[in-house]
Amino acid sequence: MYAIEIQNLSKSYQVGFWKKGLRPALKNLSLCVERGETFGFLGPNGAGKTTTLKLLMGITFPSSGTAKILGRHFQDPEIKKKIGFLPEQPYFYDYLSAPELLDYYGRLSGVSAEERQRKIPATLESVGLNDAGNTQLRKFSKGMLQRVGIAQAIIHDREILFLDEPMSGLDPLGRHEVRELIQKLKDAGKTIFFSTHILSDAEALCDRVAVIHKGQLRGIGVMNELRSAAGTNSEIIWQGANALSAVVRDVTEPHVTGELVRATVAREQQDRVLEKLRQQGAVLISVTPLHGTLEEYFLAKTSQAEAVQP
Amino acid sequence: MIPRLSAITSNTFREAVRDRVLYNLIIFVLILLASAPLFSQISIDIERLMLVNLGLSAISIFGVIIAIFIGIGLVSKEIDKKTLYTILSRPVRRWEFIVGKYLGLVLTLLTNAVFMTIGFYAALYLYTRPLSAADARLLIGIYFIVLEFLIITAVTLLFSSFSSPIFSALFSFALFVIGTFSEDLRNFAAYSHGVGKWGAYAASWIVPNFASLNVISQVAHKQPVAGAMVLFNTAYALLYSATVILIAVLIFERRNLK
Repeated sequence: MYAIEIQNLSKSYQVGFWKKGLRPALKNLSLCVERGETFGFLGPNGAGKTTTLKLLMGITFPSSGTAKILGRHFQDPEIKKKIGFLPEQPYFYDYLSAPELLDYYGRLSGVSAEERQRKIPATLESVGLNDAGNTQLRKFSKGMLQRVGIAQAIIHDREILFLDEPMSGLDPLGRHEVRELIQKLKDAGKTIFFSTHILSDAEALCDRVAVIHKGQLRGIGVMNELRSAAGTNSEIIWQGANALSAVVRDVTEPHVTGELVRATVAREQQDRVLEKLRQQGAVLISVTPLHGTLEEYFLAKTSQAEAVQP
Repeated sequence: MIPRLSAITSNTFREAVRDRVLYNLIIFVLILLASAPLFSQISIDIERLMLVNLGLSAISIFGVIIAIFIGIGLVSKEIDKKTLYTILSRPVRRWEFIVGKYLGLVLTLLTNAVFMTIGFYAALYLYTRPLSAADARLLIGIYFIVLEFLIITAVTLLFSSFSSPIFSALFSFALFVIGTFSEDLRNFAAYSHGVGKWGAYAASWIVPNFASLNVISQVAHKQPVAGAMVLFNTAYALLYSATVILIAVLIFERRNLK
């Protein structure tokens, strides 16, 4: 049994004054997510990621298609006891304190009073908010709110977490903290389905990724396979523009800025190029292995879409 | 079901209680009651009449304003701020959300009415002491005002379930005004002809009959209110509110949220 099984899910929104036009937001999406897997749902803004999550959460209704979560119909209220959801840039009742908010969501999820008493401090501690006390959420920073958001998604006994752009709008420190939290949940064996347009986050956390663009699934890739294809290229930066002529056939995408040159070189050519540069008297600044495979994969999949759809 | 309903109800109540606007309105009513004697320097009876009329009208008007003011945002605010997303992703049925919100606002209005009633009776005691048996009858007038709150809250929630806050406020207030004059609408129908007659009749039955819930003048003049009327009004308010809430649920169940 899959954790999530989406079959031909489509959603069109009515547009225009008389609502006679239809704007497709999601077209025949089919994919499966294994239990315990961390699945990245990638796509540029407006690709259909949030629409997919809103459909799965029962916030909007599909135009066609269906989905199963842990083997049950996705609109079955009982299945919602097993899932947690963090919406994109969440806003919570700002007149509540963090413990009050968790108590409210715990009650809605059927967590008993006794269990809530035990779980609320533990959950707050797990997201690093044990000092939040009775401060109202309106006084929280964006990063703290995001952590409260994750806390509300895990307060009940959930098996699957749906996170919509969990790192968006956060500063580098906030992103790091949220990434650590997701990693902890991943280590605890939870199934995590998260949408993002930040590729480095997906690369760091995901087992598999799917790329969606203009409402259509463009491809699904296993991160390990994508990683194994990594490191075929390096980026070399050196000082001495005159040396470029000696290596111009061995490098790609050379960029010259004054005396500084930046170019990409295949890993097997790297030593030869470095030797030639040394002979030409160039000063080596840096050699960096390129790990842009996910980005390449993403760009390839989204540019395919551009080609398909003029 | 009950724990989820009570969670939504209590959270709605808590939100209203922590909303400072609510306190301002209560203070305003209390100031209004305190200033009542300034308007009536004629005789004790007139003073009582003025105080009862002003006090009960203020309880009604301010309750209706609070009902509309909070009611228009009950659903739309949760959609705009996306707090509804985290609610609907839990085992909460959409009808539970609507009914919980309704009960939360009714609880708020009830609490508000209790405080205003205490303030009103305090003012009454201060200016017309001792209190008489006729003063206890004023509670029937307040009970009818509470029934009025049940209806106006349901109506506002209905509009809030599919319309923007501004339109919800306009529709609800318009319906409150028309409902207040529903007896006149019925009289108009009786003296009309043709399509106008039936249109006026239909409208008079569809709009809430706030006229029959208004016994302020009657109780202010120490006239008794028939038991049958209390029963009829109670049944009417409960049925009307339940029907409107049912329509709100049916609309909300099918609604695609942004």
